[in-house]
Amino acid sequence: MNTELSVNGHSVHTGADPSTPLIDVLRNHLDLRGTRYGCGLEQCGSCMVIIDGKADYACSREVGSVAGRSVTTIEGLAVAGKLHPLQVAFLEEQAGQCGYCLSGILMSAKALLDRNPSPSRADIVAALDGNLCRCGAHPRILRAVEKAALAIRAGALS
Amino acid sequence: MSDTLPLSIVNNRRLEKWLRFDPDRTLHLAVGKVEIGQGVLIALSQIAAEELDIDVDRVNILAGDTADAPDEGSTSSSQSIEVSGRSVRLVSAELRSRVLARLAQRLNCNPADIAIEDGAFLLENQPTGHDYWSFVSDADYAADITGSVVPKPPASYRVVGQPVPRKDLIAKVTGAAFIHDIVRPDMLHARMLRQPSRNAQLAALDKAAIRRAAKGEFRVIRLGNFVAFVGPDETVVQRAAVAALAHARWEGARELTPAHGEAAWFVDQPSDDRLIGDAPATPAGEMVSAVYSRPFVAHAAMAPSCGLAEFRDGHMEVWSHTQGVYPLRNSISEILGLPKDKVIVRHAHGAGCYGHNGADDAALDAAVIAQQIPGQCIRVQWRREEEFGFEPVSTAHRTRVAAVLDAAGRPVDWTTEVWAGSHVQRPIYGGLFLAQEALPNPPPPAKPGDPPEANGGGGTRNGTPLYDFAAKRIVHHLALSTPVRTSSLRGLGALPNVFAMECFMDELAERAGMDPVAYRLSMLSDTRARHSIENVAARCNWSDRGPVGTGKGLGLAWARYKNKAAYACVAVELEVDKEIRLNRVWACADAGLVINPDGAKNQLEGGIIHAASMTLKEQVTLDGAGITSLDWASYPIMTFSEVPEISTEIVHAPNLPTLGMGECTFGPTAAAIGNAVYHALGVRVRDMPLTRERIAEVLGRV
Ligand code: FES
Ligand code: FES
Repeated sequence: MNTELSVNGHSVHTGADPSTPLIDVLRNHLDLRGTRYGCGLEQCGSCMVIIDGKADYACSREVGSVAGRSVTTIEGLAVAGKLHPLQVAFLEEQAGQCGYCLSGILMSAKALLDRNPSPSRADIVAALDGNLCRCGAHPRILRAVEKAALAIRAGALS
Repeated sequence: MSDTLPLSIVNNRRLEKWLRFDPDRTLHLAVGKVEIGQGVLIALSQIAAEELDIDVDRVNILAGDTADAPDEGSTSSSQSIEVSGRSVRLVSAELRSRVLARLAQRLNCNPADIAIEDGAFLLENQPTGHDYWSFVSDADYAADITGSVVPKPPASYRVVGQPVPRKDLIAKVTGAAFIHDIVRPDMLHARMLRQPSRNAQLAALDKAAIRRAAKGEFRVIRLGNFVAFVGPDETVVQRAAVAALAHARWEGARELTPAHGEAAWFVDQPSDDRLIGDAPATPAGEMVSAVYSRPFVAHAAMAPSCGLAEFRDGHMEVWSHTQGVYPLRNSISEILGLPKDKVIVRHAHGAGCYGHNGADDAALDAAVIAQQIPGQCIRVQWRREEEFGFEPVSTAHRTRVAAVLDAAGRPVDWTTEVWAGSHVQRPIYGGLFLAQEALPNPPPPAKPGDPPEANGGGGTRNGTPLYDFAAKRIVHHLALSTPVRTSSLRGLGALPNVFAMECFMDELAERAGMDPVAYRLSMLSDTRARHSIENVAARCNWSDRGPVGTGKGLGLAWARYKNKAAYACVAVELEVDKEIRLNRVWACADAGLVINPDGAKNQLEGGIIHAASMTLKEQVTLDGAGITSLDWASYPIMTFSEVPEISTEIVHAPNLPTLGMGECTFGPTAAAIGNAVYHALGVRVRDMPLTRERIAEVLGRV
């Protein structure tokens, strides 16, 4: 059976069984390995992608449930080789240690900034609370999201 | 600079093992320490760039590779910069000096007259037409490192001491970075069915039921009690592994109760007992004591472990996020009966590990399977429940502190008594891999050990107070066995010991009717320690600290990690309502010469958050055949909404030797929280984690 969906702006067909977890389709069938497996239980946020504008877990969703919908992954964040303001800000703030959590956090942050370009610190915290980071990079991550929001408001391409 | 060569150089004497100028105007630097999220590689690159006077962007670093990089043991214990950094500095200085000596001969000048600008050689400010890439020859590398060349004086540093950004972070914000993402030709995915415990026997496995659930093609590899599901489709083998849990019957698994998970369990266990420090004494004075504890805790890395292995033509090649590629290579060679020179282990990035987690086990899992399926790459990915259930955990740890007080209430005699399991059971310390215990003819159980005192000890780490007490000692009861496998986790015994000792210092200050900071300073002659404490006390407005019991608390604690690495003082401001809410944290660290101040701050902040998470929330629970805290709901860690505001300062001390700092805020944070909770509530909570239930229980008792 074929599932059709849009991934990072491209329409894709996958022959994977519709019950296959979206994360497996992204990583193994579409070779988009930036979406990370952390728990498979909707508890850590490592696998966060954006589905129709909303941050959502890729680990537990079956690919069949996103048929016809639009999925954005970490690989879709930079456009035409130009880093997204969030990525720029994360590098400037050196917001990460091991970095395993960052794919998911960047996607949660993008979903937030897309709907609210002027988030308060509390808005950012709330948007990221489903994402765990074991290395304790939180303070830098929060600063980086604020910085990216500023840059976007000042006209950086997002 | 001490005149003994660092161990890393003693074990890797040839220059060419470390450095090579490549034709694309880069420097290839090979090191044995690996990136585990701590930013070590940029710091080592800075040191090489500094000594050789090249732009740091020209340094390409290869880290952790038994085929192509030097053997520097494991990456642990905040030793990377102290040991590897010193080595890279000496090696780079030596290459520079050899090259300049030869060039000076050619130009008929004094080597000291030659300046280097981004790798190009200048004489009297004029280009000589030579640079490293055109001039260095194989003969320059083909020599033993003598360690006799004096490196640059810190005052002339231009790259060291600067906040140079890490290079590996770019891949990590664009989605391409980890061992989990490696794709090899002919790759097969594998999942394990884990033996619930040593000695458990697989009595039945309903393969038909597993096949029905898996809905796809896979092989079962079974060797004794080692069972793996291997196939081309990851989704299928994952389903098989999950289904197998219900379709496998084990006999003879260990039986645990929740009591095994408490630190108090260790008190009546057979143990190796040692006394370190002054002989027991009974000086005149009042004796006071208190018992503190920390339960078993997990590394809880964000990524479940992963390992890849390929066995082709008698050669085994392994990719692992291990902390030590050479020790792992040696173990794999021994366990699989392959000559060492037929096994290569290459490091690939994993999630931040903070000690001996499942990385090595997953690598051996992959190698065992690869030996059964030659010619294909085997990728083993652990499941989340497997990571929580089977990675080595940090032992529960009970610390009793006892002091004999003089008339002014100051200790004249101090005893730190520790009951704990082993804090390090890496295979090089005799620990066993999971697969070894599951394969036929498992070796006898590991005899628990702990690192020697010279390496900072394990359960005894930081157990000797640095205050000016007349007599101090540690009594260590190292349990001969633990209910579940234990091994190293950030700081080993430092966190539980510093928690106990620095909380107890607050208790003693109160008895003496003194302010806790003034009390500490009255018995502390180490000026670097005093400086860090005074720095933090000033920044957190310690002098305006309110009375005990208002619901708001400010607490402070300090330690010098391992009593010989970096100093750190931490103050914590919190509120206790139903839960403990951390508001602000101040920290000051003195680590001597800091190679990369921004990376260092990142480590300090991370250590504070990790320690706070452990102190407030974390506990591995045991029952039945093993660990029952198998997901993030049963093993919660600190989240974005719980993280406090953190302000860190690093003492500027470029002329003092670099001290490892990755773990220095760890113990002080735990104790500062303990002290702040007391300040807020007026009751002392001595058993971690300081959860709402635990606080209610203690409040109920008063
Ligand atoms: S992997 Fe999806 S939430 Fe953890
Ligand atoms: S940076 Fe390691 S988990 Fe966030």
